[in-house]
Amino acid sequence: MMKLEAIIQPSRFESVKDALREVGIEGMTVTEVRGHGRQKGHTEVYRGREYTVDLLPKIKLEMVLPDKLVNTVVDTILKTAKTGKIGDGKIFLSRVEEAIRIRNEERGESAL
Amino acid sequence: MKRAVLSCCLLMSLFAIALPLLAQAPAANAPATASSPDSSKDLNDKLAQLDQRVTAAQSAGDNAWMLTSAALVLMMTGPGLALFYGGLVRRKSTLAIMMQSFAMMGLITVLWALVGYSLAFGGDGKFIGDLSHAFLRGVGTAPNADYSATIPQLTFMVYQLMFAVITPALITGATAERMKFSGTVLFMTLWFFVVYVPLAHMVWGKGGLLNAAGGKFPCLDFAGGTVVHITSGVSALVCALYMGKRLGYPKQPMPPHSLVLSFIGACLLWVGWFGFNAGSALAAGGLASSAFVATHFGAAAAAFGWSAAEWLKNGKASALGAISGAVAGLVAITPAAGFVRPMPALVIGLIAGVFCYLMVTKVKALFGYDDALDAFGVHGAGGTIGALLTGIFAQAVVNPIFGDGKPVGGRDGHWGQLGNQLIGVLFAWGFALVGTIVILKITDVLTGFRVSEEHEVEGLDITQHGEEAYYLES
Repeated sequence: MMKLEAIIQPSRFESVKDALREVGIEGMTVTEVRGHGRQKGHTEVYRGREYTVDLLPKIKLEMVLPDKLVNTVVDTILKTAKTGKIGDGKIFLSRVEEAIRIRNEERGESAL
Repeated sequence: MKRAVLSCCLLMSLFAIALPLLAQAPAANAPATASSPDSSKDLNDKLAQLDQRVTAAQSAGDNAWMLTSAALVLMMTGPGLALFYGGLVRRKSTLAIMMQSFAMMGLITVLWALVGYSLAFGGDGKFIGDLSHAFLRGVGTAPNADYSATIPQLTFMVYQLMFAVITPALITGATAERMKFSGTVLFMTLWFFVVYVPLAHMVWGKGGLLNAAGGKFPCLDFAGGTVVHITSGVSALVCALYMGKRLGYPKQPMPPHSLVLSFIGACLLWVGWFGFNAGSALAAGGLASSAFVATHFGAAAAAFGWSAAEWLKNGKASALGAISGAVAGLVAITPAAGFVRPMPALVIGLIAGVFCYLMVTKVKALFGYDDALDAFGVHGAGGTIGALLTGIFAQAVVNPIFGDGKPVGGRDGHWGQLGNQLIGVLFAWGFALVGTIVILKITDVLTGFRVSEEHEVEGLDITQHGEEAYYLES
């Protein structure tokens, strides 16, 4: 089992979600987050006072995947989340030891 | 053909003679009602009655407009100013700033009813009124001919009250996000008596020093450029300087938390201002129309001016800039509204828009004071430039306030009026400055003026009022 975390542009979220559903992803956790990588922020001006906004809104997707789906999901996100500009985000993968379904205490990949 | 026309004319003249005869026929049986001297008395009675009815009709018309205007001016404070300011502060002090406006609707109303009205509009002193109308004694449905001969004095009283309500509320823009509520209540009570009431009497009151009609220095102030905007704006600056900057200013970003609220507030202010300015004609006649148009034109041109300046400077015209410009224009046209024609109103608005933009963006940054919501930059600066421009553009064709045929402002060739305006402006500046410093000291000793650092960080909503504007968990 692998945990996948992806930080993506808010504007790409709907397409990514739809594409993931098509490849068979049944669950994900989505958070609205703010952050920055190498992308510069933008400037806002209120009555002449300039504010540099360097934390930009992003969407964070989290999902735990059975090993055989990992490559498909990564490819799908790469394909649909990309705009080609700085600020498109990142994908992080990490190994997961165990998954337990609270309702019936099922364990392992079948709990996903 | 000719004969046909002739007989037609004959027939018609016959009818013309016969008709009155026919009409009188039934009356002939009635007893003779009057001999000739009695009928002239009858006529006089009828005329007197007619006179009375014409007066009543005019009074009804004027009163309808003035009551509407009073309500419009109240709408400027709540919700207009409350929303405008409320949106400009950070989320944690939204209710506090709205409450500071709303509190004036309660506090000043009570003070006005007890003695405020009398001190402003009773008697004929040079500097202040008297107590002849204390507790509204003698203020009823009969007009007060000194001020407005066609509307009940009650209407005049309540209309003027609405001005007294909004003026101190304007100051709270400068002290936003850091002023104690107890300090606000005490400061505003003192400010009302020490600054507002005397100046209102001097400019508008009978016998007042700066009154345009017969004062020593006749200063033109149609709807309160001096009394309302210069006083509140200058006092706001003094308060901001005395109080110091908000914690973290100017390093920490403090963007407005909801420009949507501010937008609605500014639009309500614009609409309410028709009551403020056109209502200051104190009647529903041509002068009200003139002031109405000037007001609208001033606001529009200033929104245009501020936006254009901002567009040139930043490459974008912001919503906040447009609404700030409109308010600046409304401020500047206030003293001029009942004295200028539509084209000069456009010019005044345009100048005010650009001038206030520079005050708010350049001058404030240069001196580094934290006039949080630009009460001085808009009201003090706009009021001053408006008062001076009134001296230039006022015309007797709009309002022959100095008597028939006498020139009014620079456009009429009476450039001396610019000097009078300058005296009025300097006087109002000095008066507000000194009065406010004294009151600030008193307030600081009695209740304190600024909240503790801890409270400032936590926000005024919770620390001053025990509630939150946005309770997101509920």
